[in-house]
Amino acid sequence: MTDAASDMDTRPATANNGPLLTSDGVPLKQKLAITTRRMRWKAFLLTVPLVLFLIISFVVPIGQMLFRSVYNTTGTDVTPNFAVAIQKWDGEDLPSEEVFELFVKDILQAQKVRAIGKTPGKLGTRVNYELPGSLSLIRSAPRKLKKITEGPYKEALLSLDKRWENPVLWRTLKRVTRNFTPSFYLAALDLKYDAAEQIVAADEIYQIYVSNFWKTIWLSAIITFLCFLLAFPVAYLLSTLPLATSNLLMILVLLPFWTSLLVRTTAWIAILQSKGIINNILVFIGIIGDESRVQLIYNQTGTIIAMVHILLPFMILPLYSVMKTIPPSYMRAARSMGATPFTAFRRVYFPQTLPGIAAGTLLVFILAIGYYITPALVGGADGVLISNLIAGHIQKSLNWSLGAALGTILLVTVMVLYWLYNKFVGIDKLSFG
Amino acid sequence: MKIAKFFASTILGAGLLMGATAAYASGEITVVSWGGAYTKSQVEAYHKPWIAKTGNGIKSEDYSGGIAEIKAQVEAGNVTWDIVDVELSDAIRACDEGLLETIDASTLPDGADGTPAQKDFMEGTLFECAVANIVWSTIFAYDTTKIADGPKVMADFFDLEKFPGKRGMRKGAKPNLEFALMADGVAAKDVYGILATPEGVDRAFAKLDTIKDSVVWWEAGAQPPQLLADGEVAMTTAYNGRIFNAVANEDKPFEIVWDGQIWDLDLWVIPKGAPNKEKALDFLKFSTSTEQLAKQASYISYGPARLSSAPMVGKFEGKDLDMKPHMPTSPNNLTNAVQNDFNFWADNADQLNERFNAWLASN
Repeated sequence: MTDAASDMDTRPATANNGPLLTSDGVPLKQKLAITTRRMRWKAFLLTVPLVLFLIISFVVPIGQMLFRSVYNTTGTDVTPNFAVAIQKWDGEDLPSEEVFELFVKDILQAQKVRAIGKTPGKLGTRVNYELPGSLSLIRSAPRKLKKITEGPYKEALLSLDKRWENPVLWRTLKRVTRNFTPSFYLAALDLKYDAAEQIVAADEIYQIYVSNFWKTIWLSAIITFLCFLLAFPVAYLLSTLPLATSNLLMILVLLPFWTSLLVRTTAWIAILQSKGIINNILVFIGIIGDESRVQLIYNQTGTIIAMVHILLPFMILPLYSVMKTIPPSYMRAARSMGATPFTAFRRVYFPQTLPGIAAGTLLVFILAIGYYITPALVGGADGVLISNLIAGHIQKSLNWSLGAALGTILLVTVMVLYWLYNKFVGIDKLSFG
Repeated sequence: MKIAKFFASTILGAGLLMGATAAYASGEITVVSWGGAYTKSQVEAYHKPWIAKTGNGIKSEDYSGGIAEIKAQVEAGNVTWDIVDVELSDAIRACDEGLLETIDASTLPDGADGTPAQKDFMEGTLFECAVANIVWSTIFAYDTTKIADGPKVMADFFDLEKFPGKRGMRKGAKPNLEFALMADGVAAKDVYGILATPEGVDRAFAKLDTIKDSVVWWEAGAQPPQLLADGEVAMTTAYNGRIFNAVANEDKPFEIVWDGQIWDLDLWVIPKGAPNKEKALDFLKFSTSTEQLAKQASYISYGPARLSSAPMVGKFEGKDLDMKPHMPTSPNNLTNAVQNDFNFWADNADQLNERFNAWLASN
């Protein structure tokens, strides 16, 4: 636009030496700018529904998730005055009488108001994440403290339960009454604060998340690779067969794709379980004994088999659409110039399918890494993925902040992998056909 | 807390977008429970008589437990559920977090024999925000056609030599740790005392180690009877009502072992800000009356929470089958039994589930 305008300026001037005018007397340059702007606005308005939809259903929730993973106001909500006062405590021995007084008054007030999500029990839950065993202590405190109307509050609280004498409890309280906290990321990375406020690795018996992240990535890679191995010949067949036959084959690929995910997953349960079809056939023809049936489901094997089947179309379709565009004459040309069938395939055909392979692997891998329902149903003990742990924290343990931290790590992992992929494969090479 | 509210409302908003609809119809309350045979027993014993009596409608919804939905609704200020059937630990937690209306136990109707409600309900079944309706239990069961001389005690469940075959267990720390300790020789009444010590937890996991390779893990209550029926497992832990239902309704040859049973409560709670709070409260009072609780017990083998209901428990609906021996509260079934300790699990569930998941994933 600007180029065009400057072009105009360099043209020979008109008779009256003024700028070029349109029929209604407005300079052409100006008129053109207005029209273009109006067109842009119209084009933008068409995208408004999508933009709004993305903001409401995608950007805002993800932003909230990121925020929630580091921001937790439970401490300041339940004990606002205490939260300020305890920050001045140096962490040695026990806090002062004034701090105790504020604590007792704050939780009694919170118990009285019983506002949603601002009760002593809620504070107890929050402390319990970092110091197990504190929930019942904090929850029961207001009931026991009711009779106390004047000091000394420290003495009164300590006499209730000797766990109140534990400095670690007060250090934890100091930590959870700060709104911004790294605690949930520490938990998500199998780390914790020790008694001396140092960040250390969690005890081995409690470590689950890091190993599960690696397992999720590893299983997703295996699933992607198996999908590729299975999809490549099918896609080749689809792209080379006569139309009538390939259409029929295509329907066979698409039919499961259109079937409900749950139906397909439960079908795999019927096929793979120890009294299922495969095991029954193996026993019937005598390959294995009735007592030594193969465990094909409720473990990693089950997760891999079911997910490869479910994600297979996402590999076949991009491969097919790319293979369809490769003229058969290329292979014939290679053969006519003396290449063996394998060399022709390796040096002529295969390189041309790379964009499809790139698209298929990226699609399958990213779908697999966040997959939820299939591993939940057939994963059993060791075949569950990180998304199942996240769901557990959102639905069962209700530790939404930890769920958010795990979700954020998953999101970042996917973005890093995408970046690496772009660096080594190049996203511009990607083709879905 | 504004953030939480915003967050919750976004979730809810998304839910609404996806077509979830709320029952705002006048005179209709939304009653939420666990589905299956259990909800059916409530529909027969509570819903139908209440609708007939008051003329109000009921929209019955199923859920799979937990307080995630209650939390989301209440924190978003958009409550669509009027009354919910929850487990004790969830009732306590939701009440603690200020998500529930308080219920004044003194307003509950007297028992049929005139005993005031606070005395008529079993000890430990009335709470600040919740009123118990039934006692249910986690037990273990086996198929009598597969094991002739069946297991008798909890230790048999862990004895793979005497009783070979797979075991079904709930995927989670609760109540497998209790079962493991009892199988290891701890008396039911001492279980939580020992489990409160680190050595006790180690001991429970060590016992679980001995059968780990033979366990099929289940999550939904409907799974264990299916696992037994399919022959996937030789014996399985289960909710007693589900096994009873398979025996009474489907003539399955299952037998319950009551030794080491861990009993628990189901309770009615009203989410804070429920749209039809008054009607929901009326339904709560009606359904937990002596007669209604006794009536429910003729559809499913869960024990009524009122003492005055016990003598009225009769036969299984439509069959000549006395219900009393099948109740978790029957004296014969309580010889070695323990109540689920909600305080213990409130304090330790997060940590022990992490340890359980780590244990599960390790080889």
